Amino acid sequence: DTFGLGRTALPEEIAAWDKDVRPDGTGLPDGSGDVLTGEEVFADQCAVCHGDFAEGVDNWPKLAGGAGTLADEDPLKTVGSYWPYLSTAWDYVNRSMPFGNAQTLDADEVYAIVAYILYSNDLVDEDFVLSNETFADVELPNHDGFILDNRLETEHSKWVGEPCMENCKEDVKVTMRAMVLDVTPDEGKDEPAPAMVEDAPVVEETKVEEAPVEEVVALDPELVAAGAKVFKKCKACHQVGDGAKNKTGPVLNGIIGQAAGAVEGFKYSKALKAKAEGGLVWTDETLAEFLRKPKAFMKGTKMSFAGLKKEKDLAAITAYLTSLGN
Amino acid sequence: ATPDPLITEVQPWASGLGDGVDASPYGLPIQYEGDVVRRNVEWLTADTISSINFTPIHALDGTITPQGCAFERHHSGAIDLKKDDYRLMINGMVDRPLVFSYADLERFPRENHVYFCECAANTGMEWAGAQLNGAQFTHGMIHNMEYTGVPLRTLLEEAGYDTAGKWVYVEGADASSNGRSIPMEKALDDVLIAFKANGEALRKEHGYPVRLVVPGWEGNMWVKWIRRIEVTDAPVESREETSKYTDVLENGIARKWTWEMDAKSVVTSPSPQAPITHGKGPLVITGLAWSGRGAIKRVDVSKDGGKTWETARLAKPGEKMALTRFYLDTNWDGDEMMLQSRAMDDTGYVQPTKTQLREVRGLNSIYHNNCIQTWLVRANGEAENVEVS
Repeated sequence: DTFGLGRTALPEEIAAWDKDVRPDGTGLPDGSGDVLTGEEVFADQCAVCHGDFAEGVDNWPKLAGGAGTLADEDPLKTVGSYWPYLSTAWDYVNRSMPFGNAQTLDADEVYAIVAYILYSNDLVDEDFVLSNETFADVELPNHDGFILDNRLETEHSKWVGEPCMENCKEDVKVTMRAMVLDVTPDEGKDEPAPAMVEDAPVVEETKVEEAPVEEVVALDPELVAAGAKVFKKCKACHQVGDGAKNKTGPVLNGIIGQAAGAVEGFKYSKALKAKAEGGLVWTDETLAEFLRKPKAFMKGTKMSFAGLKKEKDLAAITAYLTSLGN
Repeated sequence: ATPDPLITEVQPWASGLGDGVDASPYGLPIQYEGDVVRRNVEWLTADTISSINFTPIHALDGTITPQGCAFERHHSGAIDLKKDDYRLMINGMVDRPLVFSYADLERFPRENHVYFCECAANTGMEWAGAQLNGAQFTHGMIHNMEYTGVPLRTLLEEAGYDTAGKWVYVEGADASSNGRSIPMEKALDDVLIAFKANGEALRKEHGYPVRLVVPGWEGNMWVKWIRRIEVTDAPVESREETSKYTDVLENGIARKWTWEMDAKSVVTSPSPQAPITHGKGPLVITGLAWSGRGAIKRVDVSKDGGKTWETARLAKPGEKMALTRFYLDTNWDGDEMMLQSRAMDDTGYVQPTKTQLREVRGLNSIYHNNCIQTWLVRANGEAENVEVS
């Protein structure tokens, strides 16, 4: 009856991939974490996008607040105000966060982060400890806020049949125009001209800076490739390459050899500006020192990154950034 | 009249030579079509890694979307996954938990089907009012391809699924995992494990080497880089099916499990990015219609904002859960038009107006906005996105 294709999935393999957690807590591993630990882990791992208080940075998701806003004009849907099940928060943090560095947190850290998210939504006290045992005690406020799809009853039964073809309305007026808002991206039809203008200086720069080009050639390609992989941890905030823009963090093209705080248009922290005034230049050594433990190297930096523990990752990332040149 | 030098004079292309074969071993569109590309709306999301872009539907015709301009939606970026590194696991309530390699999948009997894939958020920015000026931006979170793949049913049978398992949970290999719960009934019906689209391998951005195809249902369920299928007795209630892809109604209560994409249509030309440039006279009005609940039976077009309607010509009879192209071959008198299209599917459902939708759902649903769209075409041929009374 069957094709006899495929092979038996081993228990270890199933355990490695089957990590989903159900609303009743099925699938949760043993472990625990308290709010205060969670606050620290959150600051290191999550705050760069979600804010120190889970309030969200720029367009990144807000995780706290919004209680009672679901029926408002612009509801704020957070873990506290909208999510029906705590299991979903645990599962998502465990499998997909931090953004760009997923599946690096241990179970206790995930419990701690989720405990802190609950705390930031005023749902638990600061001495709360979330564990596989206390999990079932927490019911999220919007637990009962969902109904099953009822479009067939509420819409389809009404919107069937032979539609009107003539004299369907007496009068038609334009009531709103998209042009008023002016939020549509440019089509790119007039882009060729600006692009050519931009091209010119790029060509000049490569001519002038022959020295760095040689340096790039001398880099170990394997180390650069390893660095490109390490850089995935940075991509949530930093862009590189052609067309890179400042995001949560500044563009990093040509950062090696550059004075600190010099990327045009990026709003640096006071801490970084102070270092820049003190003459900090990003070299392999200074950058490695920063990335090893950002908050120790520069107290008050905006960069909420826990740091790279392995020396070979540090060597790889600096090689990769050097390879980017300008 | 003056003779046209393009005709009377020998042109360089009629005298010299063109490119040889292999000038472009994998061809790209000619340079003059360089503006027929996907575009994103930067202010919509925090970063392009977790974002969406839009198919240039205003510039395409027929129904098949070329992969290179079919919209992309990633939650943790488009990953690079080799066929050799690909594994698909089936576990949970099955007699034989199995792991398949890519090569294994190619040994099962396979099928070909054309289906549209529409993001549930398509037209989502238009709930509160006319906002984006172009069919690409208002309706471009859709593509339509011919898929080659193995029915999910075949793989479930291979693993010996337990009939007490009412759900399958599907997840991808990327960091987002994008897990979704799908009722077993649908899984056994028409869901495909697909590895080719429009005859060639899936593109990286569409889940190379293997993605799930869930005909007629919201795009978020079409898990890319699919790596695991778990047969379960209950839904997982993952992030994608609770905090996202649920629809808040006016009273703050949200609908969940709104899987089917309702019947919908849009005029793709003329439209804001595809104005009329030829003045009055013969004019082809064209657009796309689709329904996640069946086949398109009829499309009507109005030029006066819904006062009167004419039935358009379908390029081919509508096919289930696939895009249908419609044409209204007309004679434009040069007057202003308020162009609309209205789709009907074989369930008898008629695409609603925005007012009708708002009456039931309010303004905060984000997803599943299938309202009738209006383009105001002015006497100079330019068009804009408007709302009408």
